[in-house]
Amino acid sequence: MNGEPPENVIQVKHLTCGYGETVVLREISFGVHPQEMLFVIGGSGCGKSTLLRCLIGLLKPLQGDVSYFGENFTAADPGQRREILKTFGVLYQNNALWSSMTLAENVSLPLEEHTSLSRKDREEIVALKLAEVGLSGSGELYPSELSGGMQKRAALARALALDPQIVFFDEPSEGLDPITSREIDRLILRVRETLGTTMVIVSHQLSSIFRLADRVIVLSRETKGIVAEGPPTELAITSADPRVRDLLNRDDDSPKRMRQPASGRLDGFSK
Amino acid sequence: MKDGLQSPGVSTQPQAATAKLETGPPGSECLIKIGGDWRLSGPVPSWSATLEQRAAASVRVVPEGLGKWDTSLVLFLVHGRAWCAQSKHDLHAEALPEKLQTLLKLVAETSTPGPIDKPIVRSSWDFAAALAGTWASHAKVIISFVGECTLGFVNSIRKPRRFRWRDCLIEMQQCWASSFPIVTLVSFLVGVILAFQAAIQLRQFGAAVFVADLVGLAVVREMGPMMAAVIVAGGTGAGFAAQLGNMKVDEEIDALETLGISSVDFLALPRLMAVTIMMPLLALYGNVLGILGGMFVSATMLDIPSAAYWIETQNRVGLSDVASGLTKSVFFGLAVGLAGCLRGMKCDRSAAGVGTATSSAVVTGIMLIVVVDALFAMIFNVLGI
Repeated sequence: MNGEPPENVIQVKHLTCGYGETVVLREISFGVHPQEMLFVIGGSGCGKSTLLRCLIGLLKPLQGDVSYFGENFTAADPGQRREILKTFGVLYQNNALWSSMTLAENVSLPLEEHTSLSRKDREEIVALKLAEVGLSGSGELYPSELSGGMQKRAALARALALDPQIVFFDEPSEGLDPITSREIDRLILRVRETLGTTMVIVSHQLSSIFRLADRVIVLSRETKGIVAEGPPTELAITSADPRVRDLLNRDDDSPKRMRQPASGRLDGFSK
Repeated sequence: MKDGLQSPGVSTQPQAATAKLETGPPGSECLIKIGGDWRLSGPVPSWSATLEQRAAASVRVVPEGLGKWDTSLVLFLVHGRAWCAQSKHDLHAEALPEKLQTLLKLVAETSTPGPIDKPIVRSSWDFAAALAGTWASHAKVIISFVGECTLGFVNSIRKPRRFRWRDCLIEMQQCWASSFPIVTLVSFLVGVILAFQAAIQLRQFGAAVFVADLVGLAVVREMGPMMAAVIVAGGTGAGFAAQLGNMKVDEEIDALETLGISSVDFLALPRLMAVTIMMPLLALYGNVLGILGGMFVSATMLDIPSAAYWIETQNRVGLSDVASGLTKSVFFGLAVGLAGCLRGMKCDRSAAGVGTATSSAVVTGIMLIVVVDALFAMIFNVLGI
């Protein structure tokens, strides 16, 4: 596959992205391995969301390209593009559930568009997907009738509707309380274990990063590129770049909280 | 904030803030003694007034009976520091409370953010070029949107099952329900107004019965379709823009695109279709009400029997007149729908963006209606309809 290591499900090559004249990220390259949990982190305005928009094709890169499973996504014709789009699901920051449709219709729409399943089969799959994320029986509710955490689950169910091999998450625990955020983290882990999905997560929730990430990519606003790459615990201690250590040790006001294992914290709360 | 800045252990009685200057031998050090309560809300001494052009090698600031203090003292010292830096004096403030020192240091470290590099328009030529560029990109957006809609329409003719009929029906219902009462009132009143205007002139010639001709033709050919279109632009068109704009802000449109579903096919086409179908129906309804309005005025003010009015209208207003009005209204519907959907889908991702999109949809819609009307006036003139 063009000399690239075949194991990468996503390959980003010399990607430059931005808006008009403004370059946000310059010439960045990285790969995502199968079943990996990759976090993209960085300070505000470093281009995390821009990178995500480029990866999922909402923003045309200024230069360079993005390939999925060895197929070039950036230069794909509409037919190919549609095929590639089917291989990944996206969980948006605001969940982006279609507000005029029930949860069941939300999850069912991707199936309607991309498969020729019968109505009955679709309904069964939808029920299955909703059960997977812990929302069985809520299919007839509208998004506005749900709490933030439930909306997040529903959005995940929709992202998983076509059984994608990759799921992108934009700030999955933004705006959720720590308990709900932890539940979502658990759900993400379970999905990966059961379905073997590759996950790319844009976040700056430290607790989630240490709980979930196999590897993190740190973007920087100053250099407009990747400043560090590796397992989070390793980077937090050994990174040569003080900014990276800073970013991963942001809770220095409460060092105890960070050192304590995550499960201990939650148990303490429930008692 | 205030509590954090207060020095502990001082009396609660507020004291006026003071800054006394004591000058030693010329060329040596001058001493500024700071005392009293420094409050942003009260009068505080200013650095320049305190120092008054005094020349000294260095300035030392010491507290003397300093009570409570807040940002006003910090500001005083920041001014002092700037003054000293400018006139090459040394400033010694070591004797001041520690908290104050920390704050001063913090203010020194915090640099103001540099200007964001944005393209600067230099001359009027550049400005004109930038404006032309903006217009060109606007035109490109409109043309590509119309193109996408056309392609989507062709596709849905090929595969009618893929068209979202349910959404279309819901939008049609909405459009009718929201416009119906206003179209009723406005069309009736337009008929009334036209009849009054015509009556004043025609009565002078004893030709009052021709009010029916004038009202009939004017309403059926122009005012009926036009009024219906303006009302739909203000209600349904604005509604489309607000709804789609909100979907854009909430990333719902992005969610469609990343699923490989064309947002034009899914959202714009059913709405366009709905408003294009409903517009002639509303126009036809408006025509009837307009004629009734004229009939009402004629019967009550001009003493023309309704039957006579109706026969006169029937004689004068032909099917081609009605058809020409309704043909126009189909295109009015298309224009209103396009303006609403385009503005909504290209909306900025903010609450203000939705507002702008909505008002812009109404303005664009009404503008397009008038342009389309003018085009049809020319076409009908050439064709002799």
